[in-house]
Amino acid sequence: MTKPVIATASLAGCFGCHMSFLDIDEKILNLIELVEFDKSPIDDIKSFTRPVDIGLIEGGCCNAENVEVLGYFRKNCRILISVGECAIMGGLPAMRNTIPLKECLEEAYIKSLTVAPEDAFIPNDEELPLLLDRVYPCHEIVKIDYFLPGCPPSADLIWEALSALIQGRPIKLDYQLIKYD
Amino acid sequence: MDYKKIISKYNLDRTRLIELLKDIQAAEGYISEKAVAEVAKAFRISIAEVEGLISFYHFLSARPLGKYVVYLNNSITSEMAGRQEVALAFEEEAGCPFGKTSSDGLITLMETSCIGMNDQEPAALINEVIFTRLNKEKVKKLASWMKQGKPVQEMVEEFGDGANSHELVKAMVKNNIRKSGPVIFDDYLAGTAIHKTLETSPEAVIDEIKKANLLGRGGAGFPTGLKWELCRKEKGPEHYVICNADEGEPGTFKDRVILTERPEMVFEGMVISGYAVGARQGILYLRHEYSYLKKYLENILKKMREQGLLGKNIAGRGFDFEVEIKMGAGAYICGEESALIESAEGKRGEPRDRPPFPVQKGYLNMPSTVNNVETLATATRIMANGSNWFRAMGTSVSAGTKVLSVSGDCDRPGIYEVEFGLTIDELLKMAGARETFAIQVGGPSGQCIGEPGFSRKICFSDLATGGSVIIFNSSRDLFSVVANFLDFFIEESCGWCLPCRAGNVLLKKKFEKIIKGTGTRQDLKEIEAWGKIIKTTSRCGLGQTSANPVLTTLTNFRKLYESKIVKEAEFISEFDLITAVAEACILTGRNFQEENEHV
Repeated sequence: MTKPVIATASLAGCFGCHMSFLDIDEKILNLIELVEFDKSPIDDIKSFTRPVDIGLIEGGCCNAENVEVLGYFRKNCRILISVGECAIMGGLPAMRNTIPLKECLEEAYIKSLTVAPEDAFIPNDEELPLLLDRVYPCHEIVKIDYFLPGCPPSADLIWEALSALIQGRPIKLDYQLIKYD
Repeated sequence: MDYKKIISKYNLDRTRLIELLKDIQAAEGYISEKAVAEVAKAFRISIAEVEGLISFYHFLSARPLGKYVVYLNNSITSEMAGRQEVALAFEEEAGCPFGKTSSDGLITLMETSCIGMNDQEPAALINEVIFTRLNKEKVKKLASWMKQGKPVQEMVEEFGDGANSHELVKAMVKNNIRKSGPVIFDDYLAGTAIHKTLETSPEAVIDEIKKANLLGRGGAGFPTGLKWELCRKEKGPEHYVICNADEGEPGTFKDRVILTERPEMVFEGMVISGYAVGARQGILYLRHEYSYLKKYLENILKKMREQGLLGKNIAGRGFDFEVEIKMGAGAYICGEESALIESAEGKRGEPRDRPPFPVQKGYLNMPSTVNNVETLATATRIMANGSNWFRAMGTSVSAGTKVLSVSGDCDRPGIYEVEFGLTIDELLKMAGARETFAIQVGGPSGQCIGEPGFSRKICFSDLATGGSVIIFNSSRDLFSVVANFLDFFIEESCGWCLPCRAGNVLLKKKFEKIIKGTGTRQDLKEIEAWGKIIKTTSRCGLGQTSANPVLTTLTNFRKLYESKIVKEAEFISEFDLITAVAEACILTGRNFQEENEHV
């Protein structure tokens, strides 16, 4: 039997969920036995090389590039999982959702005390992804199959979810794994 | 403005802080930053705590308001009676939209949740005066008077029936009592129940109420006798008796009519309850919207004192009991007993964790009972006529009568005192309802039922209700009813529990997606799943029932929802990238479509 293939991406997130993923410590050796990695910051493969079984998405969508990458993942992954608060709800980046985009950008690039008067303009280079009107959770843009909550979800939670999925058994999360206060 | 003078009136009594703020607002039109700072300093509390009060209560304002503040009710029965036309007329006359003040500072327009006038909509509060059955012409007239500077009270041209025309009320409000019953609206000789009560022991009073099987009339149906007994057993230097007159459930107005026509029975109920639980002090917590009844009710209390039915040595039997009226300031959640207690203590009306229950630690952490207006009036009748007489009415589980507030599509909206066990069909006939499509029993937090459910009975074991019954005929769009109810809960959530605060917003968005015709089966499933989460993870009754408008219509009118969804689609996104980047394009002077032509 061929090993399931996994891909991961961090959109509007802080890479904390990826860090938590790596926190499975020595179990990563077991994981390597079980799966193969395709496009992911972990192995630095930049684009999909084959159809992927499980895509893990960290972060929501704050710009056009996030939307493009998310769509790309949906197209190439059989199962897509929102990992962590930002992917599920927008998280910290979504704090800007109550403030008009204009105000946000002016505060950062024009009014900020550390901006020299001659540099005071909103960056407009074509290389920069355009910001969205607000930060969107992933499931508002593409179909998401599963959600792993947490900020970040603990390593044990990610491990349990992945191994259950790979082994095709029901997930079993201890109370402590989904208790956040 | 000399705030010190106002502040000094309140003796630094923390429980009267809301009253103090209302006083400042009455004097200055709003509560300024300076006023907040002075109040905070005097009471030695933080500025944030005072600001927290102002932002919590709908009728307190931190920004200047007009000389005339119009609070137009936005409940569903108001919509059905032509609220939109009235709202437009107000906007035209004031020259500003709702939420704003006219440029000359004369008129402020505000939306407000149900003000308890559902049988005479569209209704509004102007300052604290109630105006019912508004229409375009009446708005024009009111606005021209405002421009002449006429005092609001003088704008009331005709008074309502019964005590509504009493010199201390002078309101245009109508009672609309369509069917009076033997418990609440029958004639009552003041003092009968108090005399009988004080002749026996407190334990015997509790026993009598228990034998009568009196269940709480606010809707939850907790046994009143048991509540009193539990409170009596708790030890504490003081016990308190609280009457919940904060009826805020959209569609409910029966407590208003009971307080107008049978206030003595309500207050006697408080005396009886005070005697039973061992309290010396009672509080009537009256919703702000009913401020127009305050002087009248205070006068009733004064009369009762003169008759020896209140105060020291009641009926010459050595029992002392006083009643104080405390005013709310606009918050539906304060109808929840623990939130009401917080509010009565002068704080934000946020529900408490339970246990401890109010009977253990209630007002000022003393054992307290909180009973609905109708419950207390009913207790009075039970003490006067006996439990056997009472139990002969209604059903075996739900004894006695229930006062219903009927509104919506029927010929005779108003108050009906009926025996428990009445079927919806019978009620519809009584109210003169035709082509009824749906009926909302128990307000937005209750259930919406259709034709197959019309043989169901109004009683605690079937359709329990605090009194709200709203009728919709076949010309109504049920979805706009649900949307109105969802907006109500979004507005009234106190914000403490995330599932209630954010969940209802998400639920509404999902609901709108379905109405727009972009919903899928999965969306329907998620609505049900989220609704259940909101119900099970919110700590008070508001959150626990806030998903009901969607959940009960989904159960009882499933076909309507099914007809809206796209059945073959697995997933439909409403996201549109071009729209989402449009603002950023303007701000950066870039053109997303041109840049991506090659893609």
